[in-house]
Amino acid sequence: MAADIALRFPATTAPSRETPPAPPPSATTETPATRRVVIAISLAFIAAVLILPLAAVFTEAFRGGVSKYLESFDDPDTWAAIKLTLLVTAIAVPLNVVFGLAASWAIAKFDFRGKSVLVTLIDLPFSVSPVVSGMSYVLLFGAQGYLGHYLDTINLQIIFATPGLVLATIFVTFPFVARELIPLMQEQGSSEEEAALSLGAGGWRTFWSVTLPNVRWALLYGVLLSNARAMGEFGAVSVVSGHLRGLTNTIPLQVEILYNDYNFVAAFAVASVLAGLGLVTLAVKSALEWRYADQLAAGRRR
Amino acid sequence: MSDAEIGRALTDRAYSQHRRPPRKRGRGTTFRKPSAIPGFGAALGFTWLYLAVVILVPLGAVVLWTGSLGPERLWQIASDARVGHALRLSFGLSLAAAAVNAVFGLIVAWALTRYDFPGRRLIDAAVDLPFALPTAVAGIALASIYAPNGWVGSIIPFKVAFTPAGIFVALVFIGLPFIVRTLQPVLADLDREVEEAAATLGASRAWALLKVVLPTLLPALLTGFALAFARAVGEYGSVIFIAGNIPYVSEIAPLLIVMRLEEFDYGSATAVATIMLALSFAILLFVNLVEAWSRKRLGHGR
Amino acid sequence: MELKIRHVSKDYGTFAALHDVSLDIRSGELVALLGPSGSGKTTLLRAIAGLETIDEGQIFFGGTDASRTSIQQRNVGFVFQHYALFRHMKVADNIAFGLRARDRSRRPHESEIARKVKELLELVQLPELGDRYPAQLSGGQRQRVALARALAIEPQVLLLDEPFGALDAQVRKDLRRWLRAIHEETGHTTVFVTHDQEEALELADRVAVLSKGELQQIGTPDDIYDRPATPFVYAFIGDSSFLPIEVRGGEAVLDRSVLPLGQLSAPDGQARLHVRPQDVVLRPTGEGVSGRVTLLRRTGAFRRADIEVGDARRRIEAQLPPELAITEGDEVGLHFNRFAVFPSDAPHSTAPN
Repeated sequence: MAADIALRFPATTAPSRETPPAPPPSATTETPATRRVVIAISLAFIAAVLILPLAAVFTEAFRGGVSKYLESFDDPDTWAAIKLTLLVTAIAVPLNVVFGLAASWAIAKFDFRGKSVLVTLIDLPFSVSPVVSGMSYVLLFGAQGYLGHYLDTINLQIIFATPGLVLATIFVTFPFVARELIPLMQEQGSSEEEAALSLGAGGWRTFWSVTLPNVRWALLYGVLLSNARAMGEFGAVSVVSGHLRGLTNTIPLQVEILYNDYNFVAAFAVASVLAGLGLVTLAVKSALEWRYADQLAAGRRR
Repeated sequence: MSDAEIGRALTDRAYSQHRRPPRKRGRGTTFRKPSAIPGFGAALGFTWLYLAVVILVPLGAVVLWTGSLGPERLWQIASDARVGHALRLSFGLSLAAAAVNAVFGLIVAWALTRYDFPGRRLIDAAVDLPFALPTAVAGIALASIYAPNGWVGSIIPFKVAFTPAGIFVALVFIGLPFIVRTLQPVLADLDREVEEAAATLGASRAWALLKVVLPTLLPALLTGFALAFARAVGEYGSVIFIAGNIPYVSEIAPLLIVMRLEEFDYGSATAVATIMLALSFAILLFVNLVEAWSRKRLGHGR
Repeated sequence: MELKIRHVSKDYGTFAALHDVSLDIRSGELVALLGPSGSGKTTLLRAIAGLETIDEGQIFFGGTDASRTSIQQRNVGFVFQHYALFRHMKVADNIAFGLRARDRSRRPHESEIARKVKELLELVQLPELGDRYPAQLSGGQRQRVALARALAIEPQVLLLDEPFGALDAQVRKDLRRWLRAIHEETGHTTVFVTHDQEEALELADRVAVLSKGELQQIGTPDDIYDRPATPFVYAFIGDSSFLPIEVRGGEAVLDRSVLPLGQLSAPDGQARLHVRPQDVVLRPTGEGVSGRVTLLRRTGAFRRADIEVGDARRRIEAQLPPELAITEGDEVGLHFNRFAVFPSDAPHSTAPN
C-alpha cells in the first residue's frame, strides 16, 4: 500500500529545470502584445471620437480667456434661454416621473392583456427621429396643422411657444424613467406590497413607504438621464421653437444662434454649461452604477 | 441575485400561479388577473392617457397626414432628385458609420470587459459621452475640430467639415455607445469554458475567436448595429453644424424635413419623414430577421 | 499515454490550490480525482490540460515534459462540467471542430472528417443527431456529444470535469456504465474529477483522494475504502467514528480498557482511533471496550446503534444485525474488527500506518 501513496521521487531523478520556464499562453486571453494593441486602439478611438470633442468645447470656450468667457453670459437672450430651459425641464421631467411611476406600477404589479404592446409603445420615442417627433406636433398644432385653425380661434399658441417646447421635450424624454423602473419593479415582484397591505397599510401608504424606497436609486437614475436629455434636446425643440430670440430659444438653440452669428466664444461658452451638465450627469450616473448596481435594474445599460 | 432572492422569486411565482386561477370575466376573456394590490385602474388609465396624448395622437397625425397625401404625391416627392440624394446620403452614411462602430465598438467593448488597464473605469464611463453631451454641443465641437483651421482639420490633407465625410464623423460619434453597451453584458456573460474547449481541441486563439466567440456575439453585434443605424438616420443636432448642408452634396434627410416645415410645406416634410421611416423599418426588419435567425441557432441554455 | 505528475504546486495568492502533488497514472488507466469542493481536484485536472498554469513541478505526458507547452500542443480531450458545446454549431460541426482547427498540413480532408464524425456519433450512440444544434439536445445527449468532440482529436489523455454533475440521478447511473464501456473500447488514459465517492469507487481503476490541495491517498477502490491512509480519507470515504485514545507501548489505552494494536504501529502519545460502523462488534460486558447503547434505529437491512464509550461518553456508531437482542441503555463490550490509529497531532497528509 505504501507504494500507492504519493510516490515521492528523489530530487535527482526529476528532470533539470535549467531552461527558463515559459508559461504557456492562457486559453482565454490573448498574448500581452495583442492585448496592448487592442487597448491602444480602444484608447485611441475613444480619445479621437469622444474625448476630443469634449476637450474642444472647453478649449474654444476659454479661447479668449476667463473674462471673455464670463462676458458671454452678459447677453439677455442667453439668460432668457437658460430660464426657458429650466422652465421646460421643470415641467417635463416631473410629468415623466409621474408617468414612469404609474406605468411601472401598472406593468410590474399586475398582469393584464395588452401589456407587451404597452411596453413596446413606451420605448417608441427612442426609435423616432427627434425631427419627426417635433414634426408630429407641428402637424397637429401648427398654423396649417389639424388643430391649427381651432387653436387660433381660442387664441392658444402651442407651436413657436413654450407649450410646444414642453411637449417636444416630453416626447423625447418620455421613456427614460419608465424604462428604468419597469424591469426593476418586475424583478422585485409584489410580495413586499402584499405584506404591507396584509399588515393594514393603505394603497398610498404602501406605495410611499414600501415601493418608492425600493426603487429610489433607479428613479434617481432615470430622472438624471431624463433631465440631461431635456436640457440638451435640439432636434425636436428646433422644429417647434420658431427660434424667436429671447422668447422661444432654449440653451441648445441659443448655442446654434450664437454659432451661426460667428460668435464662437459665446457659443462655446454657453455650450460648455451644457457640457458641464452632461459631465455631472455622467459622473453621478457612473457613481450610481458602481455603488448601487444591485438596486438598479439589469436593463440599466442603455 | 442572491439565493434568497431567487428562492423568493420562485415561491412568488408558485404562489401567484396557485393563487390566481384564470377566471372568466365579461365576454369570456380576462382583461386582468385579480390581485390584492390596489391602484390598477388609476395607474393604467393614466399611463394610457398620457401615452395617447403625448405620443400616440401626434404620431397618429403623421400617419393621417401621410394617408391624405396619396401614393402619387408620395412617389413624386420620393423621386425628387434632391430628396433622393438626401435619403441616399443619410442611409449610406448611417450604414457606414454603424459598420465602423461595429468594428471599433467590438474592440472597445472587448478591451473594457476582458482586460484590466489603468483608467478602464474612466473610459467605460466616457463611452456614454454621446448620450450625455447635447447633440448641438457635440455638433459645434466636431465642426470646430474638423474645420480647415481646426485641431484635426489642419493636419489632414483632405476636407472633412462641410463634406459628407464630416457627417460620417458625427454619425460615428453618436453611434458608438449603442454598440459598446449592447456588447458589454453579452461579453461579460460569455462562457469561458467554451473558449477553453476550443483551446483544448487544438484551436489557436485567433481561430477560437473567429469561429467560436465571434458567432456567439453576432446577435448582440447586430442589435447594436441596428440601434446605432436607427439613431444615425434620424440624427440632426450633431450633424447639421459639420455637414455644411449643401444641396445635392451634404444635405441630410432630417434637415430636409426641418426646411420644409419652416416653409410650412407640411406635405413634403411628412412625405420625406414617411419615406425615411419606411426605409428604416425595412432595414431594421432585415437586421432583426438576421438577428432572430442567429439567436435561434444559439438556442437557450448551454 | 502514461501521465506523471511531479511535485506540482499552485497558489492563488495565499490560498494553496495544489501543494506538492505527485501522482502516476498508467497508460490506459481510468483514474478518479475525488475530494470535497476546494480540494484542488479540478485545479489539478485543469493543470494537466494546461488550462491552469502551475507554479512549481512538472507534468509528463509519456516521456515529455508537457508543463511548459501550450494547451493546443498537449492534445488532451477535455470534457467540461457544463459541456461547453459551441451553441452556434451543429452537433457534427462541434465534433469536427478540433480536426478543422488544425493547420493546413495536418488537417484531414473534409470527407475524412465526415467519416470520423459519423464513426464517433455511432460510438456515442447518437447516429441520428449530427444535424441538431446543442440547444435541441437533452443533458445526457450533450454530455455524449462533448465526449465525442473530445475524442475526435485522438487525445493523448482524456480528462473529464465532474462528467455527471449536471445530470439527474437515473441518467447519471446509465452514463456511468456507458462511460466505463467506452473506456474499455477506446483504451484512452482517462482522468475524471468527482465529488461523489460512490461514483469514484464504482467507475475508476484507481482513486486519488485530495484535500486542501494535497494528495491524501491513491489506490484501488478497495485500498481507499478498506485501508484509508489518512484520517481525512477515513472520514471522507464511507461512514466512520473516532475515539480519542492514548498509545502506550504498542497498545491503545481508552480509560480502563486496553486494545492491542497488532500490526498497526503508532508512536506513543495522544491518538485517535477510527472505526467504521460495520467493523464494530458487540460482546458481553467486560470484554473489549465497554460502552452503553444510547440509541437504536432501523436503517434498511441493518440496525444502527449509537454507543457511548469511556468516561468522556464519546459516541460511536455501530452497524448491527437486526436480530441482535439489545435495547437502549444496555451496557455492552465492543470489539473492533478493523480500525486505524492516527496520532492526534498528525499533519493532515501523513500516513502513520
